[in-house]
Amino acid sequence: MTAEAAAMTGISPRDAERYEEKEFGFWLYLMSDAIIFSLLFATYLVMVGNTAGGPTGKELFSIERASGETLALLLSSTTFGLAAVALSAADRSKVLIWLAVTFLLGACFIFLEIGEFRGMIAQGAGPERSGFLSGFFTLVGTHGLHVSVGLLWILVMIGQVLFKGLTAPVASRLMRLGLFWHFLDIIWVVIFSVVYLPGLL
Amino acid sequence: MDIIFGRLTIDSLPFYSAIAASGAAITVLGALSVAGVITYFGAWRLVLFDWVSSLDHKKIGIMYIMVALVMLMRGFIDAAMMRSQQAIAFNNDGYLPPSHFDQIFSSHGTIMIFFMAMPFLSGLINLVMPQQIGSRDVAFPFMNSISLWLTTAGAGLVLISLVIGKFSTAGWTGYPPYSESQFTPGVGVDYWLWAVLISGIGSTMTGINFLVTIIKCRAPGMYLTRMPLFTWTVFVTSILMIFAFPALTVACGMLVLDRTLGFHFFTNAMGGNMMNYINLFWLWGHPEVYILILPAFGVFSEVVAVFSQKRLFGYISLVLATMAIGLLSFTVWLHHFFTMGSSAKVNSFFGTMTTIIAVPTGVKVFDWLFTIFRGRIIFKTPMLFTLGFLVTFTIGGLSGVLLALPPVDYLMHNTTFLIAHFHNVIIPGVLFGYLAGYMFWFPKAFGFKLNDKWGAWSFWCWIIGFYLAFMPLYVLGFLGMPRRMEHYDIAAWQPHLIVAAIGAFIIFLGIVCLGVQLWVSIRDRNQLLDLTGDPWNGRSLEWATSSPAAPYNFAVLPQVQSVDAWWDMKERGVAYQRPDRYEPITLPKNTFISAFIGGVGFVFGFAMIWYIWWLAVLCLVLIAGAIIVRASDDDSDYTISADEVKAIEDARFAQLAKAPKNEMEDEPGFAGFPAPEAST
Amino acid sequence: MDVSSGIPVERTARPYIIGIVAALILTAIPFGLVATGALPRETTLVIIAAFAVVQILVHLRFFLHIGLEAKPRENLVALAFAAVLIFLMVGGSLWIMFDLYHRMMV
Repeated sequence: MTAEAAAMTGISPRDAERYEEKEFGFWLYLMSDAIIFSLLFATYLVMVGNTAGGPTGKELFSIERASGETLALLLSSTTFGLAAVALSAADRSKVLIWLAVTFLLGACFIFLEIGEFRGMIAQGAGPERSGFLSGFFTLVGTHGLHVSVGLLWILVMIGQVLFKGLTAPVASRLMRLGLFWHFLDIIWVVIFSVVYLPGLL
Repeated sequence: MDIIFGRLTIDSLPFYSAIAASGAAITVLGALSVAGVITYFGAWRLVLFDWVSSLDHKKIGIMYIMVALVMLMRGFIDAAMMRSQQAIAFNNDGYLPPSHFDQIFSSHGTIMIFFMAMPFLSGLINLVMPQQIGSRDVAFPFMNSISLWLTTAGAGLVLISLVIGKFSTAGWTGYPPYSESQFTPGVGVDYWLWAVLISGIGSTMTGINFLVTIIKCRAPGMYLTRMPLFTWTVFVTSILMIFAFPALTVACGMLVLDRTLGFHFFTNAMGGNMMNYINLFWLWGHPEVYILILPAFGVFSEVVAVFSQKRLFGYISLVLATMAIGLLSFTVWLHHFFTMGSSAKVNSFFGTMTTIIAVPTGVKVFDWLFTIFRGRIIFKTPMLFTLGFLVTFTIGGLSGVLLALPPVDYLMHNTTFLIAHFHNVIIPGVLFGYLAGYMFWFPKAFGFKLNDKWGAWSFWCWIIGFYLAFMPLYVLGFLGMPRRMEHYDIAAWQPHLIVAAIGAFIIFLGIVCLGVQLWVSIRDRNQLLDLTGDPWNGRSLEWATSSPAAPYNFAVLPQVQSVDAWWDMKERGVAYQRPDRYEPITLPKNTFISAFIGGVGFVFGFAMIWYIWWLAVLCLVLIAGAIIVRASDDDSDYTISADEVKAIEDARFAQLAKAPKNEMEDEPGFAGFPAPEAST
Repeated sequence: MDVSSGIPVERTARPYIIGIVAALILTAIPFGLVATGALPRETTLVIIAAFAVVQILVHLRFFLHIGLEAKPRENLVALAFAAVLIFLMVGGSLWIMFDLYHRMMV
């Protein structure tokens, strides 16, 4: 945090340091998460051909659904950014509105994904069917779990903004949630580029 | 399968074998004795409100070390049982049936690595590193506490497997397909998986915590290039923790999915890829051994300088070597599975990188030797451990360089030669390092030193015992003995195994000496007091604080002007300066939420192991709730007023005035304190 | 009240607008190529990969505000180090596993 910003808000330099530490620590956690995802990707690539006589990606994936999921998540990243802009303008109601829109878009994503998984399982193409499907469900499912945790976090933050207002600690947590949310969108870009699009080719 | 109890039944209790029942009885008795002792001393309030709920990094560090020492004993019992079994089991079955023997070698490795070495290093780092960089705490005290309790939860799962159910028989590495439910149904492997996963999350968080602390919380003037070597090794170790543990989480997480939900990551059929587990596991496993050893190297750097009474030689080369080891540790992992069928191109790449990684360690050894050269050695026990390390570890390193050559490894892989190699680097490296650190920094933690005579006895038992226990294993490896053998029929092996068992017994005496040392030191603490905070005439900033340090470590943050900051302050004559005024200091309040999360984590692991799904879900909800409660708490600090700080500091200066002299003055060969040059 | 801390908050929506437009284009083209099959398979795969890399950079720059001039620097260094390790770990794993596949059919 810059000295001017600290002075403007009345946050002591010590507190500003602490928020910077939390930001950096969270970023490091995201780096460790990036390693987890990259190894899930590596496993997926190693096992993409291990269909054990079962269905392949081409048979299972749907480009419409993948587009829908992508659009929902991408837009939600933008709306979260707009919430961050509202935060910097100290506009409480705008923050709440944009957080709510982000939540809805994220919920759309999860809804579509759950539908996708259920459809596959109903066809007998669940994760126990083959190594390929284990890899797919784990990679995409882990991302979906992260998004779900993010949704819960958004709800908690909506609560905090409602009850505490845009205080410095609340703002700091919102910034970390933003890091998390944008990071998940990046992972999704890799997912559709490695899983869905090549799988459908 | 029961809805309420999952697969937990009365048969899970260990009444099927005398040995299992004794193990359970000892565990239960141990737990009851601890509770009994606390009750006897009326110390429940103290334990719960001053320690369990404390977010003070020094207390967290001490608790970590307590976990480590307890688990050292448990892991050693495993070793003793294996050694005695192998000593007698020539052409007979010995006293341990195979399933039991398999559980024992599995728990031995698991405990020593995850629940002895990792907590030991986390504890020492917690105690010392913030003080070395002139900080008041780690960056994230609450997360620090969660890490401690998650590690303890993992240790708890390993311990309770002795009482309810069985432990894994799949080794500390858990290779599929054996570790899959097709071949090893039952709870053993699941105990192992959840203990490792839960404590692994703690370790990742610890890495993040230490790294942010070092980068963001240093005192003014404490540039990275002025940090003590121990802190530098912590810096690199933290990076390794953050980036290596995810691989373990992935490997073990996938195995959990295979076993619990019928996935096919590593199964024998249906598209599973068993080698992928080995690849992922060792992607973590190799950096892990450097996580274990680097802080020990840091301890040796500190000890060798203080007890040679000479500045550490080659600071820059030590720092660069540490960084090189850190980066290279991610490029060698295949050497753990040279024999699994890779082509010569792949094998030779990783073999070459493995021989290269020996070089920076060699640089460090020479730096330590050059520090000792022309120093005036004080033979306190930490220095004995250091000297023992330098000789013994080098042998282990050499055997490692041998194994780094794939053609050699094809002969030696999974023989006792390998066992000898890694114990030959872990025991003199990791364990001697942490025992040296334990004795070196004990006065800083508790305000009195450990009895050095019993420390020396312990060292001699450890080093003699080590050579007797492990040198025969090199020979046995050449004689073709595989690892993990429960009985054998080759007569030539037995004499070596008998010698090894004798060595194990002498190590046992070493452990007894450690216990006696602690007992005697507590009994005689008033004669061993460290009144100055600087019992060894140290060089780094942790020796500037009182022993034990105040909750805030430094009343006034030190202004650092040089490497060996404390030594420099003594030389400049500003060592014990009394500030004219004090500021109020803010510290985190105690809280039970972190211990709660650890405890619930333990129950969650137990529930997942026994398929008690409702309990597992409940635990997740409770953990989420606890995190949300904490994350909504904006009032988690308390402030020590300037007057209170002054009172604490005045008491300290009064004690300094009372100190008749620094303990080191009586030391034969003591070279004197640094003093400001008399102006001419 | 500007309560930015660590990662600087943008006061305007501009970077997010640029970001979303760029991301949408970088997404639509690969999706379109796959849906229509307009180009040969290998070419399509290369385009998918290249556009993914660019889109990640777009996200980093416009949504996460991580650029070369960003402060604090540590975040960028951590990211670069993670990238190096990901290259080593994923690259090494793929090399090993495909090598094993060729030799051992594993």
